[in-house]
Amino acid sequence: MDFLQPTSWQDALALRGERPDALPLAGGTDVMVDINFDRRRPGALLDLGRVPELREWGQDDGRIRLGAGVPYAGIIGNLGAQLPGLAMASRTVGSPQIRIRGTVGGNLGSASPAGDAHPPLLAAGAVVEVASAARGTREIPVAEFYTGVKRNALEPDELIAAVLIPAASGPQQFSKVGTRNAMVIAVSAFACALHPDRREIGTGIGSAAPTPRRAPEAETFLAGELDDAGLWDSRNALPEPLAAAFGERVAAAASPIDDVRGSAAYRLHSLSVMARRAITWAWNDLREAA
Amino acid sequence: MRVTTTVNGTEQHVDDVWPGESLLYMLRERMGLPGSKNACEQGECGSCTVYLDGEPVCACLVAAGQAIGREVTTVEGLAAGGALHPVQEAFVECGAVQCGFCTPGLVVAAHDLLERVPRPSDLEIREALAGNLCRCTGYEKILDAVRLAADRQVRA
Repeated sequence: MDFLQPTSWQDALALRGERPDALPLAGGTDVMVDINFDRRRPGALLDLGRVPELREWGQDDGRIRLGAGVPYAGIIGNLGAQLPGLAMASRTVGSPQIRIRGTVGGNLGSASPAGDAHPPLLAAGAVVEVASAARGTREIPVAEFYTGVKRNALEPDELIAAVLIPAASGPQQFSKVGTRNAMVIAVSAFACALHPDRREIGTGIGSAAPTPRRAPEAETFLAGELDDAGLWDSRNALPEPLAAAFGERVAAAASPIDDVRGSAAYRLHSLSVMARRAITWAWNDLREAA
Repeated sequence: MRVTTTVNGTEQHVDDVWPGESLLYMLRERMGLPGSKNACEQGECGSCTVYLDGEPVCACLVAAGQAIGREVTTVEGLAAGGALHPVQEAFVECGAVQCGFCTPGLVVAAHDLLERVPRPSDLEIREALAGNLCRCTGYEKILDAVRLAADRQVRA
């Protein structure tokens, strides 16, 4: 095994192109577990921890460009106002030690259906910026980035550069079920975003399908009902039956399995409850802001 | 490969490090620093918590090569000149140690908390120690120890 340690983004892409057998390593919170337990023996580790470009974040035309190597602790400390959903999810990641090391880029690279960053990225309509030395940069909508269990749309010579996330135009919420607060791999998770500027709803489901996914039918259903009832304008309370119907539609979008963390039936039930609660919290936040 | 890193204030060179090796393995097996404990090897238990460039991390999840040119402080580095750090003294006095396996990680995590937050609330203490598992004490004595160390630090 080789240990490759580029110190610039250009060098990282060049090495990635030369070494398709290399496994990118960021915070190590997934990759090192696989190495420690002898589950993976890549030809090389490509340590991205010394690529300064990956640790940057900034504004990019109404979006936040979040470098793939920004740790969760950095998101919590610096981006809570602009990316409230992702910051909420970041606070629930692992433990302080894990949040200091783990990155959104790593979460996307691992593409576990249980990754905490995925639901808020889906709800916010994020775009993944990937690059290769040979073909330059391309942008992939996050909903198209997940292609299967722990599989993503990266080509073998590509690296994740950043995530482009629209700055929140309304309240966002995140909810996750596990056996305790810390160190939990989600049994199920849900994120939602209100987009009052365009009168739309965003959703993201975690740990309840082969990939993280949106609940498009629930989104259009609720946005339509809010329109019909004039609630976008009146900002009256969200009727409980409407929130419950939204929750049912979110659960209907999932296709969970039974596993050691929970049964499929529990995942569906918890999703409908979390979606009902989270959308109500978000709607109440919107009313308070008005 | 060769890893050059500063551990507890001294620059050290370690040869023949396997590229997939964790910082924890290198510290324990190649550098004679067994204070950081090896338990879960997956970041769940916090027993291997060390400082990497001033931040508490699980040494089992850091590749040894990622520590090249960085500063590592282990639990051995907290007791300056052989005298226990006040956090360590508080753990002893409060009986926050039973089997002792989790203690080094908890001491480093508590040390980090008190560096950042001089008067932590109970919630802040629980959050700061959420990544460290203890299967003996039930945590109450550990919380007592952190409160005691915080009190003394504020008064000092």
